[in-house]
This record gives sequence, structure tokens and C-alpha cells, in this order.
Amino acid sequence: MKEELISGKITRREFAQRLIALGIIGSSAGTLLTWADKAHAAKRGGRLRAGIAHGSTTDTLDPATYENGYMSKINYAIQNHLGEVDHTGNMFPELAESWDPQNGAKTWVFNLRRGVEFHNGKTLDSDDVIASFQHHMGETKSPAKSLLKQVSSIRKDGKYKVVFELTGGNADFPFVASDYHIAIKASKDGKINPTDGIGTGAYVLKEMEMGVRFFGTRNPNYFKPDRGWFNELEMLSIVDPTARSNALTTGEVDVIDRVDLKTAHLLARKSGIKVEETTGTKHYTFPMRTDTPPFDDNNVRMALKHAVNRDEIVEKVLFGHGVVGNDHPIAPSNPFHAATLPQRTYDPDKARFYAKKAGGSIKVQLSAADAAFPGAVDAAVLYKEHAAVAGIDIEVIREPSDGYWSNVWMKKPWGACYWGGRPTEDWMFSTAYMGGASWNDTFWKHDRFDKLLIQARAETDQNKRREMYYEMQQIVRDEGGVVVPMFANYVFGTTDKIEHGTLAGNWDLDGDKFHERWWYS
Amino acid sequence: MIHILKIVAQRIALGLLTLLVISLFITFGVELLPGDLAESILGQSATPETVRVFRAELGLDKPAHLRYLDWLAGMATGDMGVSLANKREISELVGIRLANTLFLGGFAAAIAVPLALLLGILAALYRNSFYDRAVNVFTLTSISFPEFFVAYILILFFAIKFGWFPGISNVSTELALGDKLYRTLLPAATLTLVVVAHMMRMTRAAIINLLASPYIEMARLKGIRPTRIILRHALPNALAPIVNVIALNLAYLVVGVVIVEVVFVYPGLGQLLVDSVSKRDVPVVQACSMIFASVYILLNLSADVISIITNPRLLHPR
Repeated sequence: MKEELISGKITRREFAQRLIALGIIGSSAGTLLTWADKAHAAKRGGRLRAGIAHGSTTDTLDPATYENGYMSKINYAIQNHLGEVDHTGNMFPELAESWDPQNGAKTWVFNLRRGVEFHNGKTLDSDDVIASFQHHMGETKSPAKSLLKQVSSIRKDGKYKVVFELTGGNADFPFVASDYHIAIKASKDGKINPTDGIGTGAYVLKEMEMGVRFFGTRNPNYFKPDRGWFNELEMLSIVDPTARSNALTTGEVDVIDRVDLKTAHLLARKSGIKVEETTGTKHYTFPMRTDTPPFDDNNVRMALKHAVNRDEIVEKVLFGHGVVGNDHPIAPSNPFHAATLPQRTYDPDKARFYAKKAGGSIKVQLSAADAAFPGAVDAAVLYKEHAAVAGIDIEVIREPSDGYWSNVWMKKPWGACYWGGRPTEDWMFSTAYMGGASWNDTFWKHDRFDKLLIQARAETDQNKRREMYYEMQQIVRDEGGVVVPMFANYVFGTTDKIEHGTLAGNWDLDGDKFHERWWYS
Repeated sequence: MIHILKIVAQRIALGLLTLLVISLFITFGVELLPGDLAESILGQSATPETVRVFRAELGLDKPAHLRYLDWLAGMATGDMGVSLANKREISELVGIRLANTLFLGGFAAAIAVPLALLLGILAALYRNSFYDRAVNVFTLTSISFPEFFVAYILILFFAIKFGWFPGISNVSTELALGDKLYRTLLPAATLTLVVVAHMMRMTRAAIINLLASPYIEMARLKGIRPTRIILRHALPNALAPIVNVIALNLAYLVVGVVIVEVVFVYPGLGQLLVDSVSKRDVPVVQACSMIFASVYILLNLSADVISIITNPRLLHPR
């Protein structure tokens, strides 16, 4: 039947109906569908060479240390996860075949795909999954540790079934379990070797020099029959934006990420090169510490939220490659984005009104460095000009980029920050907005918000969840400590020989899975 | 001869002392920078708990002077230690990079030094001619532009407009020598343009300086051809200052190329050093600095020795 779909004999809708008729449960039908998407056009072959804006000599293959886009792309090339986000922003089983919430989403049963082989020939089973999770739990430096705090136990139920017990219900647990850090690796005696580079992924690691070059060849036993089209994959770390554009225009590489926004329009004019972009969850923020005067007064926060011209910042800092934000972190691509919530606009009169309520003139300092996001200092200066119209005095402090995250972010009362964003509302809110969360960079605590967050997490009725998340977005927008002026697009360039299906926006370059999803025409 | 050996031994001892002082400066310099490896690797995702575990794993919870002494003890036995970030042997990590850097530096030097000497000698020979002016203007212009600008100009013309050379120098170990030379020609040319002026001007000045001396006058009166006067009579006596300048520039070709490495994405030692400083990977920073410092010291030492050998007055002091 899948062949029929691929060869175009039946439509996607018919395909889905027949699957349901056959009694195949929704989730795995979805998987078959996404993988089949546009696959009829794809061709095998060639070497894909990519120039990636990240990468450092200090990187390692240990999944617990992945911290940049270069390692993330290697991660997705050589390893797989329990689930995978597709172009609609939904989660589909990847190494799992299906999952099943029980007991009010407190117990999650993951059925594993059978016959999946690691690059070293081992067959995937429950032990590998458990060992891979345990690498991020207990005494570990893994950033996924805080995510997995909600897991009270993992046990296996046969060779191909893993059961997670959570401390509280979480309807979004498959998203958490598929966090990019938690790559599933081959285990031996209950332990994984984190740096062996062996996974189940579409490409087998052949050569790796950190901060310079990755080289891999197609995994002949890859379990997705219609993914991983290139015979060879080479990824170079090209941190300098000009060098990256040069590499693409001179044909040294076929794909680059993070096109320099200033010159993106010039690059797009060049023949043989395509510049494409996706709007994902990446957003740039100005978090205020709500535990520090004057930001502990919501009137001050509201005054500042009304005192910024978002359109101009998107136009001048992102060169139009983005969309305006609405002072909450939920992106238009998130499933429960509150589209009906009125967009906050630049309104000096309202800003003045709130400033008056706060007791007259507002004079604050805004710390920024380009480490926070490219153009952060420019954005801060624009903000200062906009606020001056409303009689608000912002002093922009240019901080050193080096050490920004340890010395400025969450230390200074008001600064600049970026978030790659999270695929689910719960995850984003729990990470940075729940009272007491370790990355709550506004030090904000709101009882109603926290209560809704816990409720919505365990709620399985989608409509009720939607209502709760709408209310939470409104609370953050009107009472939170964060100014979210914009969501930034992922902008990348390819040669015109590259083809792909509908692009995913959860990460750069088609969800960082460009190497397994794209092909040469 | 014994005299020279004594000087060399003295210089080496002094050099080792210098290295020790440098290593102290580097360690405590890096220590003064805000944050440490655990914090910078975890970045935005650093929480007190993960940082604590990471630090304990790296041994960063020990005080800085103990870590320094550990490192010094290792270094004395020739063990550079392992990188904090990825646990790789530093000797292995640095080895490939150093080979790349020396290859590029050597390639650039092989073009730049003969070229500079030739241009300088010719400029001295045809002093104040149109050629002299032209060479001066050209080399001074190229040294006055920042390296990255020279690099981008070369890329613009030779990689993008004419398409003769690749825009980035993607070299891997399995590349044949010819391919490697081809792929590194643009960065080598950039470095050449940057260093030639200094050496060329010094050659010219040193020779012209000597041309005013009585013994050259004598040679000229004997009717010797100008070329011979310069090559046989002036150049040997002018070598000392020239060699010094060449040594400085060679050192620069090894230690100062980080910008060129970034522009051409060339995997050299400079790139490694920058990465390691920004991540506070102290042992790697130490190792790279020691290599850079040794290169400087050794090149200066050889420059001194050569100037002594070429100058009989220094070779046989009374």
C-alpha cells in the first residue's frame, strides 16, 4: 500500500483512510505518511557537503554535551531518538513504533520498532533505550537532566517495550523523551559508550575532527526505507559568515545554514543558489528580573512592553526575516499558539499612561551583547529610541560577549536573551516561566499560571488544553517579565540541485535533519 | 665555535625561563577571565547542579595553583596532558593542527622570503627609479590593509570572479601534496602580501646603508658591476638586520595567522587556540601558547646565531 502511495496511485487521504480501516493506530499511520511525503520524487546518490555556522574544537560526541548546531546536526545524522518532529510540528514515533499513555498520562508505554540495527550490528532493544536515558539521569552534567526529573522509574517489559513512570501526568511526554540530547545508543552491560559515535542513524561516522569536519557514509541498513538519500555526507564547521557564503558561491559546499541576513538578498540573486527560510520557535527576548526594582512593578513592565516598535526591529535587525512577537514565548508554529490574542503594538501613549501609574518617570538600564543574539545591541539601541518618544529613559549597556551567559544573563536586572524555543507549550513554560524553574530568567512567579501549567500538562482533552494554554499566554503577555519583540526565521542557502519536501521549522535546516530528508534532483 | 655554543646554551636556558614565566602568565590570565570550562560549555543551560558535576569530573574544583603545578610536572616529563573539553590527548589534538599551520607558514615563507629578498635587492640596485617606487607603493599598500581585507579581495577575484581557486581551504589528511598546495595557495598569497613589505624594505634599507661605505666606493672604483657589488660585497654584510626581520616575520607566519585561518576555514593552530580560550580549556591554551612561544624563541635564537656567524667581529670578540 505504501508503494501505491509513493507511486502516486492513491492519495494521502485515501492512504490514511485505508490505514485506519486496516486498524493501524493513528500514530504509526502518521509515521508512514510523513516518511512517504514527496518521497516518490526523491533520488539516491551524491555527496552532500554542508557548511555549518557552529562547531568548536572543544565539542565532543557525548550526547550529554551537545550544545551547538553543528553537534545537533551530527547527532541527527548518526543517531535517532524515540520520536521525531515533522514539518507540521507534531511528534511522530521514530525508534519507537507507537506509544501509549496510561493512568492519566502518568505511565507511558513505548513500543520499540523491531529489527533496527546499530552501526556496529547490534539490534535495538529495551536495554539500549534504558541505558541511553540513564546517561542523562542521576549524577550527570547533561542538560536533559532537569527534563527527566519527572521520570520516577524506567523499566523494560520484554525486549521491545519500555515503561516510564512519571511523578505527575504529562500529556507531552513523547516530546520530552525525544529531546535531542537523548540519542538512543547501543548499550553493553547496561551502559552506553557516549563517545563512540555509533547510533542507528542514516549515516555511519567515518571521520571526525572536532571543529573542522565530519564525514559519514550512508547506512546501508537504515530502517527508514525512504530517508537518507545521499551516499556520503560531509559537514564542515565554517563559523565566519563571509567564509560560509564564499564556500557556497564558489561551490565548495552545497548547503549553508545561518545566511548573513545583511547580504541574504544578494546571495539569493546569484544564479544557481536558493535562499530559503522557515519560521520556527526561535525567539529573541528582553527578560526583566521581576524580583528587582523597578521591574517588580507590573506597570513598569507594561510601560516598557508598549514602548518598543517591533516592526522596526524585525525590519532593521532581522532584515525582515522574522515575525513580531507578542510578549509570550509561544510561536505561531506551536500547536496551541493563541492566534486570537490581540497583537501588542507600539503605543507611546499607553507607555506613558503605565509610566505615570508606576509613579512618573522611568529610567532603566538594558544590558546587551551580540552573544545574546546577533544584532542584540542594535535592537537595544532601537528600543532606547522608541522608548524615548514615550519619555522613558533606557540606558543601553554594551556587555562583553565573552562570558555573557555566566555574568550578565539572569544577573543584570534587564538584559537580552535568545531561546531556540521548544516544540510544546508545556516544555517552554516549564523551562523558563514556571515559578522556581532553573532558567526562569525573569524570576517570575504567578500562582494562577503555575496551577494552569500543572493542570494542562496532565490534561488529555485537547480543547481544554487549548483553553488553558491560551489563558497562560495571555497571563505572560500582560503580567510576565519578558518582552518578546520577535521570532527569528532560520535562513539558509542551498544550490538549486537540492530538493526537499515541506520544511520543518523546529530547528535550522529542516529540523536539523536535512541530511536524511533532502536529495539531489 | 665554543663561543657560539656557549651563547646558544645561554639563550636556550633563558628561553626555558621565558617559557616558564609565559606559562605562569597564561594560566593566571585565563584564570582571570570570567567563567570556566564547565560554565562556558554548558552556556545558557548551566545550572548550579550540572556545573558542579561537570567541574568535579574535570578536576576544576581543585585550586588553580595546584592545577598549574600538576600541569608543570606533566610538561617536565613531556606529557602535555588531555584536553578538558573532549579528553583527547593534547599532543594528538595539537599534532595535526601544528602540521597544518607549519605547512601553511612554510608555504607562505617559501614564496615570501625569496620574493622579498629579490624585490629588496632590485630596489636597492635601481634605487629611486620608477620600479623602486612602484614596488614600495605596492608592498606598503598591501601591508597597510588588514589581513582579512586582503584575503577577501583575493577571494573575490580569484575564487568568485575567475573561479581559479577554491574559496575555502578545505584540506584533509588524505589530500595529495599538489592538491594541498593548490587549496592553500590563496591563504599563502594573503600571508605573502602581508609580510613581504617588511622584509623587502629592510633588505633595501640595509643594502643602501652599506652602499655609502668606503669599501663599496672602492669596489665601484675598481670597476665591478653593480650587481656583483650588491650580491658579493654589500649583501653579506647586510645579512644581520635582514635575518632578524625575516625571523620576526617567519614567527608571525606561524603565530599570527589566526585571521587568515578563519577567513579560509583552514584548520590550523590559531583556530584551536581561539576555541580553547573562549571555552577556557586551560591545558590546550597552555600547550598552544608554549608552542607559539617556543617558535618565537627558537626563531630569534637562530636569527642571533646567524647574525653572529655572518659577522666576524661578533664571531671572534676580543
